[in-house]
Amino acid sequence: MTAAAPEEVLITTIARLLAGSRHVAVGVLSPIPGAAALLVREREGAKVSIIGSRDPAYRIGSVALFDLAAQGRIDAFFLSGGQIDGGANVNLVGIGAYPTMQVRWSGSFGSAFLYHLIPKVILFREEHTPRTLVERVDFVSAAGSSPPGTHRPGGPHALVTGRGLFLWQRDEGRFRLVSVHPGSDLADIRARTGFDFDVEEPLPVTALPDQEELRTLRSAVAPQLGSIYPQFARRLWGAPAAA
Amino acid sequence: MGGPIVSDVEALAARVPDGASVAIFKDQAPVALARALVAQAVRGLHVITVPTGGLAVDLLIGAGCVATVETSGVTLGEHGAAPAFARAVKSGRVRPLDATCPAIYAALQAGGKGIPFIPIRGVLGTDVLAHRHDWQVIDNPFRKDDPIVVLPALRPDFGLLHAVRADRQGNVWIGEEEGLRIIAHAAHRVLVTVEEVMDADLMADPVFAAGTIPAFYVEAVAPAPGGCRPLALRGCYGEDAAAIRRYVERARDGRPVGTWLEPVAEAA
Repeated sequence: MTAAAPEEVLITTIARLLAGSRHVAVGVLSPIPGAAALLVREREGAKVSIIGSRDPAYRIGSVALFDLAAQGRIDAFFLSGGQIDGGANVNLVGIGAYPTMQVRWSGSFGSAFLYHLIPKVILFREEHTPRTLVERVDFVSAAGSSPPGTHRPGGPHALVTGRGLFLWQRDEGRFRLVSVHPGSDLADIRARTGFDFDVEEPLPVTALPDQEELRTLRSAVAPQLGSIYPQFARRLWGAPAAA
Repeated sequence: MGGPIVSDVEALAARVPDGASVAIFKDQAPVALARALVAQAVRGLHVITVPTGGLAVDLLIGAGCVATVETSGVTLGEHGAAPAFARAVKSGRVRPLDATCPAIYAALQAGGKGIPFIPIRGVLGTDVLAHRHDWQVIDNPFRKDDPIVVLPALRPDFGLLHAVRADRQGNVWIGEEEGLRIIAHAAHRVLVTVEEVMDADLMADPVFAAGTIPAFYVEAVAPAPGGCRPLALRGCYGEDAAAIRRYVERARDGRPVGTWLEPVAEAA
């Protein structure tokens, strides 16, 4: 089998974080988290809902998604952001002073709600630069932490970038860098991160996909992904054989 | 002919006055109706995107029809950012009322139930809440130490919907697009364009009836075949990606109203 592509390392890194989840929700424009969720479905039988998908296998009603999340019936979900800060706050609205901002993005979507309610929210942003990982976001679409006495069953669990894996430490309110992906190191990550964080010692390199993970990913997940995220699947695996 | 069926989309658009609040669903958006509003030069709309907006909303903003956009997000999905929305908000020409998806659904559901407000989980500690002076935080009256956000009920002046079919009584089949029903229950007036008006009674067929908005929620229906184009309408037609790309190119340049209409008209 050929060596793992960087995207495959991200997929298996996220899939390991999802282990044990019964119901994973993922956005229709998020192929790497989507592939990770499908890998967990293949290996553990997790239910996967793809928000915005028309495919009956993955479709979830948009009101149902929020109602299920508020009842605690969705275990894991993904958020990204134009900015993510050291307090795990997420900004999907823009850069500058609200409302007439210098840069305006689309909006907060369900983040302000789902971040409070889904136990394992994985922040995923491939771009790892000081402009995306900032000390303090310009606008809090979804708050990383809440004061004591707030009903908050959910929140951040990890931050996965194209360079490394951080785990969120709820009590400390800080990220901890727990592994760096192949090709990166601590100095690289420090230079590219706008916030301060704790570091695991010794700091390992992110574990590569094992043979079983790669085989499942390429033989079972890739064909399914081809119908959901066709451009991504074609770029990573070529035209997969029909399932 | 009396009844709810009117001749065309222009007749529907003529009912929407300047300054009206209008709710538009994220899927099967009423592009033909939006174009008619642009053509009639409606101004000062308060658009409520349910819960997010796409090309129809961006078109209304770009054509200068909108004063306020109450939204959880405006995006063209795979086609990228919504160019008119971003420009209008940055310039201050359009006032954003940023929300979050479940808040828009919940506030509309409160409107549909005729109750004054509704609580919602989450949202605490966000700048979404900080900038929404119409939202409040109260103590859960049934449990100590449980602050919770409450939203005023939303009752839009108009719900603007596109659907596959209606019957001559004004019953509108929406299938599983429950967001359309939430809008129809909340809005004071519901205007609908459809691909086809059928003679059979939708409510008489149990297969259709479960997915049908009853006529008493509906003010008027106009036939508008291709009413979502260049967007897709499930079961009827796919999206015209080239036309959407043409729209994006022109919208990015910020060209005036006449050319805003063109790429959509080409696809109709």
